[in-house]
Amino acid sequence: MSGLQIDKLSMRFDLPDGGSVQALKDVTIDLKAGELLSVLGPSGCGKTTLLNIVAGFLAPTSGEITLNEKRVHGPGPERGMVFQQGALFEWMSVRENVGFGPKMKGTSKQDAANVDHLLDVVGLQDFKEKQVYELSGGMQQRVALARCLANDPDVILMDEPLGALDALTREKMQGLVLKLWKETGKTIILITHSVEEALLLGERLIVMAPRPGRIHREYNLPFAEMGVGQDLREVKKHPDFNSTREEILSMIWDMEEEIMGGASK
Amino acid sequence: MSLMSDLGAELVAVVSTVVGALPYVAGYIAIILGTMFVWSYIKRMLTPKHDYSSLKTVTFGDESAVTSNSVASVVSIVLIFLFWGSFTGSKLLPSFLHMPGAYVGESSFTYTATYEGQSDDATVSVLVHPAGDDVVEPQADLGDGFAKNDVVSIPSYRSQLLRVDQNDEHGRADGAEITAVNGQPISPDSPVKTDFGTVSMSPKGTLNITPSKGIQMEPIWLPAPEAVWARVVDISQDGYRNSTLWEHLGFSLFRVVVGFMLGALVGIPLGYAMGLSNWFRGWFDPIVEFMRPVPPLALIPLVIIWAGIGEVGKIILLFLAALWIMAIAARSGVSGVRISKVHAAYSLGASRWQIMRHVIIPNSLPEIFTGARVAMGVCWGTVVAAELVAAEKGAGMMIMVASKFQSTDIVLMGIILIGIIGFSIDMLMRWVERILVPWKGKG
Repeated sequence: MSGLQIDKLSMRFDLPDGGSVQALKDVTIDLKAGELLSVLGPSGCGKTTLLNIVAGFLAPTSGEITLNEKRVHGPGPERGMVFQQGALFEWMSVRENVGFGPKMKGTSKQDAANVDHLLDVVGLQDFKEKQVYELSGGMQQRVALARCLANDPDVILMDEPLGALDALTREKMQGLVLKLWKETGKTIILITHSVEEALLLGERLIVMAPRPGRIHREYNLPFAEMGVGQDLREVKKHPDFNSTREEILSMIWDMEEEIMGGASK
Repeated sequence: MSLMSDLGAELVAVVSTVVGALPYVAGYIAIILGTMFVWSYIKRMLTPKHDYSSLKTVTFGDESAVTSNSVASVVSIVLIFLFWGSFTGSKLLPSFLHMPGAYVGESSFTYTATYEGQSDDATVSVLVHPAGDDVVEPQADLGDGFAKNDVVSIPSYRSQLLRVDQNDEHGRADGAEITAVNGQPISPDSPVKTDFGTVSMSPKGTLNITPSKGIQMEPIWLPAPEAVWARVVDISQDGYRNSTLWEHLGFSLFRVVVGFMLGALVGIPLGYAMGLSNWFRGWFDPIVEFMRPVPPLALIPLVIIWAGIGEVGKIILLFLAALWIMAIAARSGVSGVRISKVHAAYSLGASRWQIMRHVIIPNSLPEIFTGARVAMGVCWGTVVAAELVAAEKGAGMMIMVASKFQSTDIVLMGIILIGIIGFSIDMLMRWVERILVPWKGKG
């Protein structure tokens, strides 16, 4: 069975003061190859923990993750990661950053051509020899996307990749993510705290609830498919888009209320 | 209690010194403000600039509006040399800029001796010459009367007791008394001012001739700039204490470079180990944290006991001075790596070694360079201090030996050269830093 299976994942860790935190409880997700999943939830619901476990940076206390029938034990190049920001290597040029993965394996000429091609795809033709700190935030995230793709991973994990960008740049980048998803056919898990982004960039959408972190609701959505190659503002005008957004917003709002109520008791 | 009163006395001495210096400080501040107003007036006369800063209305409190004014820097440095030259009677300055100097030249005064109701005048020729000059004292023309003329030669800045009655027909032993100088009555309580200085009288009746000292500095305290420069030329050609100037400076630099290199060679891997392993961190933390605040100068006696005053001891000292700084810099360079960079490298397929080589080391370089600049500065200061204590060659040894012989010009020359070299080292390190770690502070 190909694809990514997350099976009954639980994560519990002790705190220094003697208490313990149940960060995740029985999270099960079955993702087919090429699916685009967005994960949404209030802060503290364990979405970043989930992504870190899938990436292999954390070990779960129970449950397991299988990618293409192989169990995940640690980080590996078949699961690429795009971070919010600050994960580029500022001592390397744009081209060197993108070529990092291939270089670690041992570069071939084909890889170098691929790096150039990817830089064209993300629209950085003219910035290949620049240092990354000379680029704007949006361009840096383009580099991060290209760097991840250069390694040709099976799954791309994105941890709020557009969270630090301004609204206009963010819209452009959302279009780019959709385009890359369609062109490369990669399986993508995207974590976000923006409801709109989760709707636009999720074939499937999971809303998580906190304490313990668990799956609250799951949606199958048409908007990602509609948005490919389209103006995303047109998608946002769709009546279903608005009603779903309102539904999820009030759902998260209720969760936040509950947390605040719990805190004041 | 006696400690408290001792400290109290020290404090009083310090405060009174500070209070004594206040008028000079106030004068200096007045010069700074004066030149500031003059410059702002001149600037208004010049063509006005219309760049972005000149259009700012809020400049007081705006940190970005405050940049170093290069005119002020130039004036400040020129003024230092001007003061220096003016108070040392430098020949580089026109003489009207000189502060009143010590009297040099020939002058004379008359004294009146009284003996048994009669009085007689005689002239004393005073020849004040620069200290160190050999002077042939002219013979006095004795003149008429029972009081005879005298001749005296005095080095400038000194004074001289003169028994003017010694060659008189009726001396002090006979009951003769000196009653006036230049016609003005003189006694032990009331000295007489003359055109070259002061003539006073000791309780026994001997005249004390004090030529005016002016307010210039005596060369033994502060030589003129050109005297220092002459020393630089002289010593760079002939050397000092059996070594050329370049040998002295070269030895100091050599010690710093070797000591620093060894310190970095050991300190950087040590810092990496401390940044990458709990065990190493726990092992070395107490040692490093204890040794770091110990000033390297405090180790000099121990190093001399253990390794003597030769090169080995000095290099051990500089090694220790650089070691802890470099270890701490490397440690914080490693600890400062963003975890997302390491995670990104792992998920791009990098091995541990590749992460070390391509992420951790380059990420720590800016910190290491900052540490290296600090370490080089500390090493340079330490080597000079170590040479002050004991050395056969070196910049510090040069000024220490010179100070024992009161060769203030060599001391000043040494201080200036030490300053220039220290400054150059820092500039060099900054330049290397810009070339090698251009991403510093850009993360």
